[in-house]
Amino acid sequence: MGEYVIKLPDVGEGVAEAELVEWNVKVGDLVREDMVLAAVMTDKATVEIPSPVDGEIIWLGGEIGEVIPIGSPIIRLKIEGEGHAVAVEPAKPVKAEAPAPADKPVEAAKPERKPALAPKPQEASKPASAKPVFNTSAPRGEGEKPLASPAVRQRARDNGVDLRQVSGTGPAGRITHEDLDGFFSRGAQKPGVAALSPDNSVKEIKVVGLRRKIAEKMAIAKSRIPHITYVEEIDVTSLEELRAALNTKKRPDQAKLTILPFLMRAMVKAIADQPQLNALYDDEANIIHQHGGVHIGIAAQTPGGLVVPVVKHAEARTLWDCAAEVNLLADAAKTGTATREQLSGSTITITSLGSMGGVVTTPVINHPEVAIIGVNKIMIRPMWDGTAFIPRKMMNLSSSFDHRVIDGWDAAVFIQRIKALLETPAMIFVED
Amino acid sequence: MKDITCKLLVIGAGPGGYICAIRAGQLNIDTVIVEAAKVGGTCLMVGCIPSKALIHAADEFAKVAHFAAKQTPLGISVSDPAIDFTQTIAWKDGIVSRLNNGVAGLLKKANVKIVTGTAKFRDGKTVEVETLTGQQIIRAENIVIATGSAPVEVPTLPFGGNVISSTEALSLETVPEKLVVVGGGYIGLELGTAYAKLGSKVTVVEAQSKILPQYDAELTRPIVKNLNALGVTVLTGVKAKGMSAKGDALLIEKADGKDDKIAADKVLVTVGRKPVTTGWGLEEVDLDMDGKFVRIDDKCRTSMRGVYAIGDVTGEPMLAHRAMAQGEMVAEIVAGHNRSWDKRAIAAVCFTDPEIVTVGLSPEEAKQAGHEVKIGLFPFAANGRAMTQEGEEGFVRVVAAAGNHLVLGIQAVGTGVSELSASFALALEMGARLEDIAGTIHAHPTQSEGFQEAALKALGHALHI
Repeated sequence: MGEYVIKLPDVGEGVAEAELVEWNVKVGDLVREDMVLAAVMTDKATVEIPSPVDGEIIWLGGEIGEVIPIGSPIIRLKIEGEGHAVAVEPAKPVKAEAPAPADKPVEAAKPERKPALAPKPQEASKPASAKPVFNTSAPRGEGEKPLASPAVRQRARDNGVDLRQVSGTGPAGRITHEDLDGFFSRGAQKPGVAALSPDNSVKEIKVVGLRRKIAEKMAIAKSRIPHITYVEEIDVTSLEELRAALNTKKRPDQAKLTILPFLMRAMVKAIADQPQLNALYDDEANIIHQHGGVHIGIAAQTPGGLVVPVVKHAEARTLWDCAAEVNLLADAAKTGTATREQLSGSTITITSLGSMGGVVTTPVINHPEVAIIGVNKIMIRPMWDGTAFIPRKMMNLSSSFDHRVIDGWDAAVFIQRIKALLETPAMIFVED
Repeated sequence: MKDITCKLLVIGAGPGGYICAIRAGQLNIDTVIVEAAKVGGTCLMVGCIPSKALIHAADEFAKVAHFAAKQTPLGISVSDPAIDFTQTIAWKDGIVSRLNNGVAGLLKKANVKIVTGTAKFRDGKTVEVETLTGQQIIRAENIVIATGSAPVEVPTLPFGGNVISSTEALSLETVPEKLVVVGGGYIGLELGTAYAKLGSKVTVVEAQSKILPQYDAELTRPIVKNLNALGVTVLTGVKAKGMSAKGDALLIEKADGKDDKIAADKVLVTVGRKPVTTGWGLEEVDLDMDGKFVRIDDKCRTSMRGVYAIGDVTGEPMLAHRAMAQGEMVAEIVAGHNRSWDKRAIAAVCFTDPEIVTVGLSPEEAKQAGHEVKIGLFPFAANGRAMTQEGEEGFVRVVAAAGNHLVLGIQAVGTGVSELSASFALALEMGARLEDIAGTIHAHPTQSEGFQEAALKALGHALHI
């Protein structure tokens, strides 16, 4: 039997650490080669850690939400044959359990402990049965204080748990960490009462992983950037006709066109006139990095939260090319397989909720960019053509700009240019 | 002077205040602490530390005096022991001074700004400090009141002249020939014992029927016995009426109603301590009170938002370690941590000879609280280590619930038992049962074996008795 140590691999260029977001295994589990053991997240991408060998998990090197440096050991496995751990990692917890020479006083003084159980401390320390926890009666007598060590008390408080509701399985009814584990997994026992009853529960949800990244990003954007939001309505009747026509005659290998590729091409044209909109503002160094390439971030909702995959070099892509890339990235984002490269490097962003797009939104700029274009939903609205109301397909664009470096006038000019292009879509494809 | 603005202002640099400030500094909270004297408070300047220094010196001197009187069975003899009391006091001052500098250094290391002067609330967010160089305004998001306590004065015995408080008793120029201690609580007995060992003729005057009234007779018996051996006269049920006209005697009214007087060079009044609730602008912030103390909740919050109070000003027990724990907690609360006061055990130590430690409930308190109890008492007379250091007086006593053997309280009296307070408090805080203590190997030969044996005794199978 040997020991095998899995270290946190290099998950992306320039990444020094990653946040542990998921454990798929626990100590004592038997795993096969290639089985996914854990997931870690960097600034942009979530990476799964597969097992390179068959073996038994004997140690996990962190808790969910912990940020771990690249190269740190994160999992130890017990494997058949020679391990590689001893040479690399001397004297770690697992090794200490190995049979020790009898003359070591520390080892000798230890109470008898079966070596077979030793590698699974969590298993060994579990109470023989968790069944008493499931009783439905009150955890303890009226007015009796719950008994728990300071560490258990603090953990309960951090998780918003009133210990009076927790049954203790320890000596004298002491509440153990395992009792709390059980309470967390099962939730508080609620007596059966009438259909409508006030719910005073407060659930504490740890903000970790993608949610924490989003929170940090949004806080930075809103606290640093004075936003100006500009809303304009766009008559997309012609654009919708063109789009429908193109979609009916498209080749099977081509992606279906949405409004986005048209908007992207229109933005490329507008940015050619106003390159200051396609920029990253380093407000600490007071430098604006104005980019030649138009890398358009597309805000996308995923089960885990908001991510922003990036269509690189939109200025060098055709309409169909843009559409294909958007589809590819959206799929990758939704399935969680987007790479770090696909999720970084944008210079301007589009946010669109499709049919949920609402009438007006106030988009938050994707810091350190200086502009974000929000797409609202298309509605048929009665428009006055000078003699009569006619039904037109109308769509609003709600766009925000960093007012420190983009004046309102420039923002308006930019959107008006996009409006003109989208309302007369042929202009998008005319070479200047 | 330019106004100071900070996130946390601590008023008073006693053990509660300075711990609060250090912890806040560690948590990167912009912190200012205001103190009128040197940092350290009552505990360090005129309480715990200097009194223990004096007690140690007195013990050492008593030891050699004992040898000189050829009363020791150890075969040691010395002749003509003498004490240069001026040097003793200077040594004690040296220790206080080292700790002063230590605390100041820790505050500096934690980036806490120390302002020397007297603080007074202007409103709930603003404090005026009278410093040597003028008035300093400090504006703070959070303010911690840690003003501590002061000795209580008896109206008929105002401090001054030969009537002294514990503060003066720690810095006397000479050992008084005749010392009368008014108040037989722990402060009076600690100092009275020390002066008796240094050669004073000590009389303790206590209005109640027994000394150390908060402890049961079983615990105080070894103290009473030793006071007798030291030649200390203990008068209980006696009221102090004032000083004689010449100021050289204390007038008393005895239990039978007759007046008498006791000759005294110094009269040490130790009838308790009171919270310091004046002089810092309590009236400006109008906080809710709890009797004479500032009312606080389980997060040490007062009735005013952003104003906290810790330590002696908030109530009993007036102990430095309670204040420290509160101070640490408040700093973490200000830093946004989720903390509240849930302590089960605050050990109390009485540094008499021998020492007393108590934590949790006494047998009587446990019964009054409705518990059916099991009590285990193990005498040090049956403890090897105690015998080898001539400390056979005293015992360890464990009080547990009869039903589930949960330990409810632990008391001990004996030489050096103050150090056992750590394991006593740990046992209570962790919710130990008698079996947990009995099942923990205690090193031999130490007095701590008495703790394990007391638990075994309560379980009905002590080994060494």
